[in-house]
Amino acid sequence: MTTHSITVTVNGESVRRAVQARLHLIDFLRGDLGLMGSHVACEHGVCGACTVRVDGAIVRGCLVLAASLDGASVETIEGVSDRGEIRDLQDAFIARNAAQCGFCTPGMLMCAADLLGSNAQPTRAEIREHISGNYCRCTGYQAIVDAIETTALKRVSSDAGGAKP
Amino acid sequence: MKAPDFIYCRAESLADALRLKAEHGDQARWLAGGQSLLAALAFRLSEPTALIDISRIDALRGITFDAGVVRIGAGTTHTALGVSDIIRRHVPLLAEAVPLIAHAAIRNRGTIGGSLAFADPAAELPACCVALEATLIAVGPKGERRIAANAFFEGVYATALRDDELLTWIEIVAAQADEQQTLVELTRRSGDYAMAGVAAVLRGDAAEITHARLVFFALGDRPVAAAKAAALLVGKPLDEAQVALAATASAQEIDPAGDLNGGPEMKTHLAQVVLSRALRQIMTQAKAKAERTAA
Amino acid sequence: MSAIIDPAALDRPNSYIGKSVPRPNLPKLVEGRGQYVDDVVLPRMVHVAFVRCPHAHALIKRIDAKDALAVPGVLRVFTGQDLAVVCDPWVAVLVHLAGMKSAPQYPLPLVRATWHGEAVVAVVADTRALAEDGVSRVLVDYDPLPAVADMETALAPGTPLIHPELGDNLCFQRINESGDVAAAFKAAHKIVEATFHTGRHTGVTLEPRSILADYNKGSGKLVVHHSTQAPHMMQGVFAKQLRMAEGDVRVICVDVGGSFGIKVHVYPDEVATVAIAKLMGRPVKFIADRLESFGSDIHARDHRIHGKMAVDAEGRITAIDIDDLTGIGPYSVYPRTSAIEGNQVINLVGGPYDFANYRAKTTVVLQNKTPTCQYRAVGHPIAVTVTEGLVDLAAEALGMDPITFRLKNLMRDDSYPRTSPAGMKFEGLSHIKSLGRLMDMIDYPALRAEQDAARAKGIYRGIGFAAFIELTNPSPFMYGIGGARISAQDGCSVRIDPDGSVVAATGVTEQGQGTEGIIRQIVAEAVGVAVGAVRVITGDTQNTPYGGGTWACRGAGIGGEAALQAGLATRAAALEVASAMLQAHADTLDIVDGNIVDRATAIIRMPLSELTRIVYFRGDTLPPGLPRELMQTRHFITKEYPFAFTNGIQACWLEVDVETGLIKLLKHWVVEDCGRIINPLLVDEQVRGGVVQGIGGALYEHCAYSPEGQLLVGSMADYLVPMAAEMPDIEVGHIETPTRESLLGAKGAGEAGTAGAPAAIMNAINDALRPLDAQVLAQPFSPERILQALGKVPMRG
Ligand SMILES: Cc1cc2nc3c(=O)[nH]c(=O)nc-3n(C[C@H](O)[C@H](O)[C@H](O)COP(=O)(O)OP(=O)(O)OC[C@H]3O[C@@H](n4cnc5c(N)ncnc54)[C@H](O)[C@@H]3O)c2cc1C
Ligand code: FES
Ligand code: FES
Repeated sequence: MTTHSITVTVNGESVRRAVQARLHLIDFLRGDLGLMGSHVACEHGVCGACTVRVDGAIVRGCLVLAASLDGASVETIEGVSDRGEIRDLQDAFIARNAAQCGFCTPGMLMCAADLLGSNAQPTRAEIREHISGNYCRCTGYQAIVDAIETTALKRVSSDAGGAKP
Repeated sequence: MKAPDFIYCRAESLADALRLKAEHGDQARWLAGGQSLLAALAFRLSEPTALIDISRIDALRGITFDAGVVRIGAGTTHTALGVSDIIRRHVPLLAEAVPLIAHAAIRNRGTIGGSLAFADPAAELPACCVALEATLIAVGPKGERRIAANAFFEGVYATALRDDELLTWIEIVAAQADEQQTLVELTRRSGDYAMAGVAAVLRGDAAEITHARLVFFALGDRPVAAAKAAALLVGKPLDEAQVALAATASAQEIDPAGDLNGGPEMKTHLAQVVLSRALRQIMTQAKAKAERTAA
Repeated sequence: MSAIIDPAALDRPNSYIGKSVPRPNLPKLVEGRGQYVDDVVLPRMVHVAFVRCPHAHALIKRIDAKDALAVPGVLRVFTGQDLAVVCDPWVAVLVHLAGMKSAPQYPLPLVRATWHGEAVVAVVADTRALAEDGVSRVLVDYDPLPAVADMETALAPGTPLIHPELGDNLCFQRINESGDVAAAFKAAHKIVEATFHTGRHTGVTLEPRSILADYNKGSGKLVVHHSTQAPHMMQGVFAKQLRMAEGDVRVICVDVGGSFGIKVHVYPDEVATVAIAKLMGRPVKFIADRLESFGSDIHARDHRIHGKMAVDAEGRITAIDIDDLTGIGPYSVYPRTSAIEGNQVINLVGGPYDFANYRAKTTVVLQNKTPTCQYRAVGHPIAVTVTEGLVDLAAEALGMDPITFRLKNLMRDDSYPRTSPAGMKFEGLSHIKSLGRLMDMIDYPALRAEQDAARAKGIYRGIGFAAFIELTNPSPFMYGIGGARISAQDGCSVRIDPDGSVVAATGVTEQGQGTEGIIRQIVAEAVGVAVGAVRVITGDTQNTPYGGGTWACRGAGIGGEAALQAGLATRAAALEVASAMLQAHADTLDIVDGNIVDRATAIIRMPLSELTRIVYFRGDTLPPGLPRELMQTRHFITKEYPFAFTNGIQACWLEVDVETGLIKLLKHWVVEDCGRIINPLLVDEQVRGGVVQGIGGALYEHCAYSPEGQLLVGSMADYLVPMAAEMPDIEVGHIETPTRESLLGAKGAGEAGTAGAPAAIMNAINDALRPLDAQVLAQPFSPERILQALGKVPMRG
C-alpha cells in the first residue's frame, strides 16, 4: 500500500497529508479533513453528488485521486458557504424549497454556481442542461431551476442597479 | 465501490512517463482525466498495479494550427476542445461533439486522448476522428508511430496502441472551403452515451458531392464507416432521394449488438434515422452557406 | 369527531397553518452541514462489506475466508451460521392477509442464496476499502440451482420450489369482489380489454442505505444511527431479533438523504451489521454502495395485469374485472410484507369511478429476484395505470372524448360518505371539482387545436389524463391488525423552556418532505409563538414519543394532529398559570407572539419568558395547588376511517418522435386535494417530486433481468433515473376537502404525484399515436417499445 504526501489548498487553507494512492477526493475531504458537506452517492461519476471545485473548475470528486492533487486548490460547499460566495443562491434554495433531503444540494449548488459564473442570464433550458448531470430524487428539479433562475435575475438587476449613480 | 490498491505516480514529462511505464511494467496503466478509468476501477473491473498520471504533462496539452493541419494534444480536456477557436473554425465537428459528451464536470477533466484510447464504441470522439481521417500519433520506447484513425480502433475498448505506447497528439486536416461536418446522436437523457449516432463529413456543392465520410458510433464494436452509403452520395447532388438511398444502404453495413436500450433491429433502425438527419442537416447548412456567399 | 379547524379563527399573528413558511432544516443543508449517517464517526469504528451472491439461486457449499483474513486491516469474517448465534430469523406475514406465507429469513443465509445480490458473507475491516479487498478474496463455493425467474410460470407444475417447506411458490392470493360482474359483462354495450405491465423499479435514494451500530458491552446498550423512516419500529426489530430489551436499544436518525419507502424495511445486511456490532462490541458501519444497492434495496411494481371494463350505451362504466400477478422475490419483506402492494392494487382499481360490479384478483408469487416491497405510492401507480388505461380505451370504443367520459363516470362530489366497489370507505372527495380546476389550468380546446395543427405537419403530440385516489393517514387496519408491530398512532410532546421558547418532540420523522417544518408551523400556531421560537426534535427513540415514523403519507395528518393537540394543551397549561399570576380568568387571556395578552384588547400582559421564569425558578410564588405542567404530550390515531383518501387528477402533454420513439414531455399538470394544506410550498414540491418519480418509472427506470434471473443493471448508467434536462415544468393546483377526523383536517400529499403520472403519460402517448393505430401498455415506454408499437422494429424475444 503506497501513500503519498500531498499539499493541497482546501478552502483557502493549506493542508498536508499522507494519502493512499486509491483514495478519491471525496473520501479525502470527508475522511481526512472532516469536510462532510461533499457527498458520495454512486462513486462512478454519474450522480453529481460529489461535485466540488479543483483549481476553479467543477469536477466529480469521486473520479479524482487525492494523490494527484499535490499543489492543487480545492473548494467545497463549506468553503464557498463560509466565504459567502453563493449566499444569494443558497437563500433562493431555501425560499423556493429547492432542497428536500439535501443530499444532492451541495453538489447541485456547486454546479449551479459554476453555471452562473459563466452565463449570467441562462435560460431555463440552459439551467436544466447544466445541472443535467446532477441527480435529485426528491424535488423533480423545477424548484432548483426556479431558484437558479431567480438568483441570476437578481444578480443581473442588482448589477444594473449598482451601475446607476 | 472502492478501487483496488495500486501505486500512483505522476509523470512530469513524456520521457518521464515512458520511464515510469518501463519501471512498472505491463500491469501499469496511463491515467489521464480518470473519467473512465477511475469509474471502471470503482467496479474493480481491472486491478492495475500502478497508475501513471499523464495529466500534468504540459507537452500533451494544447491545440495548434499550422500548414492546414490542426494538432491536438492528447491531454486536452473536452472543455478546452469545446472552447477552442481553432477547433470551431477548422474542425467544427469536434466543437459540435463536445457538448454532447457527458456533463460539464466530467468534460472539465476528461481528455480527447483518454476518450480515443478508451475506445468506447458509443463515444463521440473516436467516430469523429475516423470521419475526419485523423492521424493519431503514439510515442513508445521505440519512438513515434503515426496511426490512421480508421486503423486505430480494433474493438470494444481495444485499440492499436501497444501497451507501452502513449497517445500523444491527434492531427486533423482543416476543413476545406466546401466541406460540411455534422454529428447527430440519439440519447434518452442529455449527456448519456448514445443509443445511435453518426459523424458525417461531406465536401462538394449543390451540383455534386465530391467526398463523403459517414461514421456510425454506438452501432458496432468500434466506429463503423458506412462506406457504401457514402460512395452512393459521391458524384451526385445531395437531395431527399439520395438521403433515403444512403440511409437504406447504411443498414447493410452495420451489425450492431443489442443493449439495455434495445435490440439490434432497433439500433439498425435508429442508424438510418441518424444518418438521414445528419444528411438533412448538411443540406440545410450547405444551403445557408450558399445563401451567405450569394449575399 | 371534532369540528374542522376554522382558518379564520386562526388568522392571527402566529397563523402559520396554510402558509409557505421556509423549512428550518434548509439553512444547514444548503451549507453542507447536515448530519447523515455516514457523517457520524465513532471511536474504534470499523466497516463491513458483504460478499454478494452472483447467482439467482445457489447452494452455499463452502466458504473459505483464509485469504480475506490475511489482508492487513481485515479483522473478522462472518457467515450466516456465525450470526445466527446472536440473531433470530424473521418471517414476514400478516395474519389479516389470509393464507399468506413466507419463509424464515436470516441476516445472512445459512444454506442457500436465493437472489442475485443477496449478502452471503460479511467482512469487517478498518476501512470500507479494506473490507472490499477482503470481500474480493473470500472464496464461496456455490452450487447453482435452477432459478424461478419468470413470475408467469412460478406456479406452474415443474417449476422448482424456492422454499420446499412452503409447498409451492405462492405467497398470497386474494379476490376482491362485489356486485355481479358476469352479468354486467353479459349486458355490456361495449367491453374493452388490455394487458398492462408495470416495470420493476427501485428507489435509488441519493443517500444509500446507511447504518452505524454501536454496542456497548459494558452497559449492554445498543445505539443505532440509522437512515430510516421508522426509528421506533426498528428499535423493536433490533431488540427482538437480537434478543434484547427494547429499552436497551436506541435508534437515532438525524438527516436522511431520501427514503420513498426504501428505508422502512428490515434489510438482512443491516440486521447483520447490528449483530456484528453486538458480537464485536464496537461500532460497525455499513454504507451500501450503489452497486450493491441495485441488487439489495427493495424493488417494486413488477406487475402484469389483465384488465377488462364493461360500459353501457350511455357511456357508464358497469363493471371492472382485473387479474393481477406480481413476483416479489424469494422472501416477503419484514415486517410490512410484500403482499401489500398487490393487495393495494385490488383495493384501488376503479377508485375514482361510480360503478357497481367489481372483481379483482391478485396473485403474489415467489421468485429468485431481489425482494420487492412498499415503495412510494405502493400499488397506486399500478392501479391508476390499469384504471385510466381502461377508461381511455372505453372512451375510445364509445367515440367519446376522454374528459366527457370521465365527467360522466367520476363519483359526484356530493355523494360522500360512501364505499367503493372495492370496499374502500371514502369520507369526502372532490373528483368533479378537481377536474374542473384542471380544465381551468390547461385550456383543453387549445391543446386539441394545437394537436391537430401539429399532426398536419407530421408531429405527434398527445394529451393524457389520469384521475386517482390516494390512501393516506393509515389506521391499524393496514398493518397492526395483521400482527405487525407497526404503530399507526403517533405522538408529540410540546414544552415551553425557561426562555419562553418551545420544543416539540415528535414520533414522525424527516426525510426531506418538510416534517420538521410543518410540525414547527403547527406548534407555533397552537401555542402562540413565532415559528422561530420552536425547535423540533425528530428521529430519536430516546427523546421522542413512540410513533410509527413517516410512511404512507401520515406525517402531516397523524403527526401533525398530535402536534396540534399537544400545542393547544400546552397553551392551555400556560394560560392556566398566567391566569393565576395575572388574577384574570384564563378565558380572557391568550398567547400571541410569545406574550400573554388580554384576549379582547390584545394588550400585552407579560412575556411568556416571564411566566416561565416564575414557573421554573420562582415556583414558590405561585399558589401551591396550581398545576404548572408546561409540557404536554398528545397522541393521535384515526378512528372512523381505516384510511383518509385523497384524490386528484393529472394531465400530461407530450410529443412522440415517431422516427426514434423518443418522448419529449412538454408540460404536466396536477390538481390534488390533500385536505388542509399546512404549507403550500412543501405540498407543491412533494407533488412535483412525486410526478418526476412517476415519470422515471414510466419512461426510464427498469430493473432488467436476464431470463436466468441475473440482474442486468449494475450502475446508474444502466438504471436510468429522471434528470433535469428532460423533465417538464409541472403546474400544481389544489382543492381542499379537509378530513373531519381531526382538528387539523390534513391528509397526505406525498404520493399523489407518483400515483398518477405514469398513467397520464401512457394515455398521452397513446393519444399521440392514435392516428397511427399504435398503442403501448408496458412500462417503461422506452424508444424500443414505441418503435415496436409503431411496427418499425420487431418485438424482441
Ligand atoms: C457519467 C459519465 C458519462 C460519460 N459520457 C460520455 C459520453 O457521452 N461520451 C463520451 O465520449 N464519453 C463519455 N464519458 C467518458 C469521458 O468522455 C471520459 O473522459 C473519456 O472516455 C476518458 O478520458 P479520460 O481522459 O478521463 O481518460 P482516463 O479515464 O484517464 O483513461 C481512459 C483509458 O485510456 C487510457 N489512456 C488515457 N490517456 C491515454 C493516452 N494519452 N495514451 C494512451 N492511453 C491513454 C487509460 O489508461 C485508460 O485505459 C462519460 C464519463 C462519465 C463518468
Ligand atoms: S458520487 Fe461522484 S458522481 Fe456520484
Ligand atoms: S433534495 Fe433529496 S436528492 Fe435532491
